[in-house]
Amino acid sequence: MCITCGCETTGQEHGHQHRHDDGTVHSHVHSHEQGHVHGHEHGHEHGHEHGHEHGHEHGHEHGHEHEHGDASVSRARMTVETDILARNDRLAAANRAIFAQHGIFVLNLVSSPGSGKTTLLERTLKDLAGRFRCAVIEGDQQTDNDAVRIAATGVPVRQINTGTGCHLDAHMVRHALDHFDLHQLDLLLIENVGNLVCPASFDLGEHHKAVVLSVTEGEDKPLKYPQMFHAADVMLLNKVDLLPHVEFSVERCLEMARRVRPDATIFQVSARSGAGMDAWYEWLAAGVAGARNAVKKG
Amino acid sequence: MHELAITQGIVDVCQEHARGRRVLEVVLEIGELAGVVPESVEFCFSAVTSGTLLDGARLVIQRIPGRGRCVDCRAEFGRSTYFDPCPECGGYQVEVLAGEELRVKELDLDEEEDRS
Repeated sequence: MCITCGCETTGQEHGHQHRHDDGTVHSHVHSHEQGHVHGHEHGHEHGHEHGHEHGHEHGHEHGHEHEHGDASVSRARMTVETDILARNDRLAAANRAIFAQHGIFVLNLVSSPGSGKTTLLERTLKDLAGRFRCAVIEGDQQTDNDAVRIAATGVPVRQINTGTGCHLDAHMVRHALDHFDLHQLDLLLIENVGNLVCPASFDLGEHHKAVVLSVTEGEDKPLKYPQMFHAADVMLLNKVDLLPHVEFSVERCLEMARRVRPDATIFQVSARSGAGMDAWYEWLAAGVAGARNAVKKG
Repeated sequence: MHELAITQGIVDVCQEHARGRRVLEVVLEIGELAGVVPESVEFCFSAVTSGTLLDGARLVIQRIPGRGRCVDCRAEFGRSTYFDPCPECGGYQVEVLAGEELRVKELDLDEEEDRS
């Protein structure tokens, strides 16, 4: 698609792709300078009959020179229209393809620090041992304390230390995957860095973002951190065994969560007492089965 | 401070497109619902661009207002948060039409200084 250009200093760049009868595809970029009339011909007709792919670059870049008053530079305006997170999104799509290929169900667990994510994981892994083959990626700024706790459950775990970084990204996850035998996995749980802001923007390739909120936190967190509670389609309200001891209205909290994400799947659980965990496990089982069946069909 | 990573993403996109030319101006579109603070991006920009093709480039941030469409009554309305109800029917099932943009829109490049 070519855009008509011609405003004073704009040089538009276009990417072109041609497919030839023999199946070869050429792509090249060219730019139009000011006043350039669009109607050029690219005289590359290739009558060759060969099957291999080749890509040659056509240098259709027309430099242009204008007078810009007293400025000595020649400015060219280029339309880019590219998502800033495009690179992460590309890598996330690649991760998603790997998960789909191996039939692995993947969750990205997010929360503020101290919501009980790691305890929830420990309990889940112990209770599901023998039922599914699980693995965990642990994201923290520093230490491998959480990975040590997960390793004690006997599940393969890879710790990612982000240093000063406040979130995991798709690239980090891709490298962590190298440390697992993906053919031997049903369920991958990624525990993101404890942070209710930054991980919301970074797709890792997961099936679901699951946000963990504990009843010892404010019940209005869904409204205080709407980005995250909107991005997560699963919410686990954790530590419900402590409800008698804290001022926390489950009803109000869930109402606020549904305002930000009306279709959220919500579980009320206690990783300590085990309350509500069965519903969570059944949901995981359905996800694992779905990922597995998708491979069979594909 | 994921704005640091976001800003690094901006630099990556710009360098990919500039292909060796110096970048004089970067125009960004940041939606109201994108979860990115423009002031933080500005703050990170000079630090992240130092020593790159973007060194000294002017940063222009265009804010895109949030817009939603009610899934129940189909009303369209401005929405600067993820939790404002539909002003017509009060519903919360709202489809986001605009406001999540996080894009490099345009670049001004210095054509004289082709280093590629």
